[in-house]
Amino acid sequence: MTIGKEHHMRSAVSAADIAPTAYAWEIRATGLKVRVGRKRMAVDGLDLSLGTGVHGLLGPNGAGKTTLIRALATVLRPAEGSLELLGESVGGMGELRALRRQIGYLPQEFGYYKRFTVREFVEYMAWLKEVPKADIPAAVQRAVERVGLADRADDKMKVLSGGMVRRVGIAQAIVNDPTILLLDEPTAGLDPAQRLRFRELLQELGTDTCVVVSTHLVEDVAAACTDVVLFAEGRLVFQGPPDELASVGGPEHVGDSPLERGYSALLQGPKQGKGTW
Amino acid sequence: MSVEHASMRIIDGYARGDTDLAADEVWALEAHLEACRVCRDRLSTAVTAQAPAVAALVGTVWADLEPQLAGTAPMPRRRHWSARLSRWLTPTMVPWLAMVVGVTLLALLLDLADTGSGEVSLVLLLAPVLPVLGVAASWSRGLDPAYELTASAPRAGLYLVLRRTASVLGVVVPALLVGGWVTGVMVAQWLLPCLAFTATTLALGGVVGVTRAAAWLAAVWAAVVVAPTLATSRTTFALQTGGLPAWGLILALGIGVVIARRGAYSVLGAHR
Ligand SMILES: [Zn+2]
Repeated sequence: MTIGKEHHMRSAVSAADIAPTAYAWEIRATGLKVRVGRKRMAVDGLDLSLGTGVHGLLGPNGAGKTTLIRALATVLRPAEGSLELLGESVGGMGELRALRRQIGYLPQEFGYYKRFTVREFVEYMAWLKEVPKADIPAAVQRAVERVGLADRADDKMKVLSGGMVRRVGIAQAIVNDPTILLLDEPTAGLDPAQRLRFRELLQELGTDTCVVVSTHLVEDVAAACTDVVLFAEGRLVFQGPPDELASVGGPEHVGDSPLERGYSALLQGPKQGKGTW
Repeated sequence: MSVEHASMRIIDGYARGDTDLAADEVWALEAHLEACRVCRDRLSTAVTAQAPAVAALVGTVWADLEPQLAGTAPMPRRRHWSARLSRWLTPTMVPWLAMVVGVTLLALLLDLADTGSGEVSLVLLLAPVLPVLGVAASWSRGLDPAYELTASAPRAGLYLVLRRTASVLGVVVPALLVGGWVTGVMVAQWLLPCLAFTATTLALGGVVGVTRAAAWLAAVWAAVVVAPTLATSRTTFALQTGGLPAWGLILALGIGVVIARRGAYSVLGAHR
C-alpha cells in the first residue's frame, strides 16, 4: 500500500491511518502573538496545548477569540512566538497546503453564494480543500447528512433559514474529514433543537478530532466540551475540564449556573475583592 | 496493474462466518472487498450457496429498505454548469466581466463612430485597465462573500489567483482582440500594457489587497494617460510602439514580485 495512490486504492485502512503521529499535541502555541491592524495585539503571549477532544473557547467579546481562531486556521500569521499545528510550524509566508487539507474552518461571518445549492457549495468547498476528485460526491453526501440537511441538499442556499445556512457552514468545515476543526460561533442562529443535535455531533467529532469551538454561550460548553479554554485580553486565563471551572465560582459571583459563576469569578480577577463593583 | 484476488477458500469461509479464519485474513479480505468488484460478486454467489440463512436475512432487510430508498432522491449525476464554472470564476465575478466586455464594446462603437477623440483609439486607451477590474473582483473581500473560506483553503494562494486571472484574461483578451482588429491597432500595443497592468495589480495586491491595488492603478492610469490623451487628442508616448520595452519590463517585474510573494495570497490581507 502506498500513499498518493488513493484514486485506485481505496481500502478500509490507508497508510496515513496507521502511520504513527509525530506530534504530542494537535495544536501547540508558545508565546503566541497575533497582530490585528497596525498596532493591536489581539492575541498577546498565549501558551496553549490542545489535543483530541472538544475544546470550548470562552471569553468576553473582543477577547481575541476570532483572531486566535483565524491564526489557527492559518489565515493570519503569528507576529511573535511559535504556533505548531499537527507538528508543523506555522510561520513565515508558506502556503501550507498539506497542513490545510487537514483543517476544517467555519468563520464567524460565514459567506456563501446564494445561487448555489447546498450540494454545489459543499462540493465547491471540497474542491478548494483538494479532496480527491473521486471522493468528493460521497464526502459531500456524508457531510450534508451529518448536519441533517440531506433532504435540502438540492435547494438553493438563498431559500434556507439562518440556522440551515449555519449547518451548511458546519458541513463544509467537516467535508474533508479534518484532524483540526475550528468553529467560530457555530451555534449562532440555531434553534434549541438544532443546538442539541449540534452538541451531539460535536461529541461525536471530538472522539478523533481536535475541535476548537469559540462561543459566548457557557451552556454550550457545559454540554459538549471536554475542556474549557478561557481567554481574556489576548491571554489564557484558565484551561481545564468544565467541572473545574464550575468549582472556582461561589454564590457571590454573577451567573445562573455553577459554570457561569466560575466564568465570572475568573474574569473578575483576584485584584477585585468580593462585593466590589 | 496485476491484482491478486482473494482465494475461494477465504471467501467461502468468510461467507459461512468460519471462526478458523485468522483475524488478519479477515482484515485483509475486507479491505480488498471494498476496492474489488470481482471479489464482491464472488462473495455474493458464495453467500447464496454457502449460507442460505444469511442470504434470506439480507433479502428481508433489502425488502424493508427498498420502499424507503425509493423515497430518497438519488444523488444527481450531472452538476449545474455554474458549479463547474466556479472553479474558474467566482459567481460574483460574472457581472463584473459582463461589465468589462460591455465597456469594451462601447469603446469600440465610439471608436468606429469616431466621435471627437480624433486619432486616439478608446479601445487602446482602456485595454490596460479593463482586465484589472475583473482581477479585482476575482480576489476581493468586498465582492466575494466566501473570501475568508477561500483564503483558508489549501487551494488558496498563487495557484488560485492565477487561475482566476487567467479566466478574466480569457474573456477580456478576445473582446479586445476583436476591438483591436476592427480599429486596426497592433496587438502588442495593447496586449503588453494589459498584461503588465494585470501583473502589477497582483503584485501590489499582495501588499495592500488586490481590490485596493486595482483602484489605485486605475486611478493613476486615468490621471496620467487617459485624461491628457483625451485633452490633447494625441496618443501618449506610453501607448506608442516606443513604449513597448518599458511595458515588457513592468510585466517582468510584476511577475517576479508575484512569485516572490506568493504566500501573501493565502492570508486575509490580500483580500482587502
Ligand atoms: Zn479481488
